[in-house]
Amino acid sequence: MQTVVEAIVSALLLVGSLFTLIGAIGLARLPDFFMRLHGPTKSTTLGVGGIVLASVIYFSAHNHFASLHELLIPAFLFLTAPISAHMLAKAGIQQRVPLSAGTRGRPPATGACAEHGDTREMSADEDANDGKPAQDA
Amino acid sequence: MLAIVIPVSFAILGIAFLLTLLRLVRGPSLPDRIVALDTLNVNAIALIVVYGISLRSTVFFEAALLIALMGFVGTVALTKYLQRGDIIELN
Repeated sequence: MQTVVEAIVSALLLVGSLFTLIGAIGLARLPDFFMRLHGPTKSTTLGVGGIVLASVIYFSAHNHFASLHELLIPAFLFLTAPISAHMLAKAGIQQRVPLSAGTRGRPPATGACAEHGDTREMSADEDANDGKPAQDA
Repeated sequence: MLAIVIPVSFAILGIAFLLTLLRLVRGPSLPDRIVALDTLNVNAIALIVVYGISLRSTVFFEAALLIALMGFVGTVALTKYLQRGDIIELN
């Protein structure tokens, strides 16, 4: 029983550490800011989830009761990682970080468009939307 | 088995720390550095949890939870400052 628990904990620790390492390698080596954003926000968060799961199993077997309060950490991380990634991507669009050739899709050219998180073209759509309420009223 | 795996895990997490620190020093733009700081926070949480397993002690989880909370608040404040030039806009 103890050996099985140790094997599961070891496997989860190794998998979590490797996911964290893969996220860090992606952050260090990818050519573009929007590509670099993928590594930490997905892979590293999953790695922390695996490590905390190993800790839950280890302390549950060690203390003979389910110690689930560690699960607050990956729950909070899984909630907040997409939010911070979204805000960082918006900041990157607004700062006009240089894009590599492999990145598909270009952020809008005007700054006011990027600030509202709006990726449409600014030219004809805005006039149409401004005109419609005026006609209705 | 854990006596071998825990130092290996420490080593892998240390390499991850060094690669993230490389991006923090080298990062050409400011959002790159903010991403690197956020990743350092998450790596610190992982390192603290592995350290707690190696010491067989549960008192470190509160520290990890605090780092998660403060790291998120810091990242949001930095991106807000980068986007708007201000963190708390009063009007």
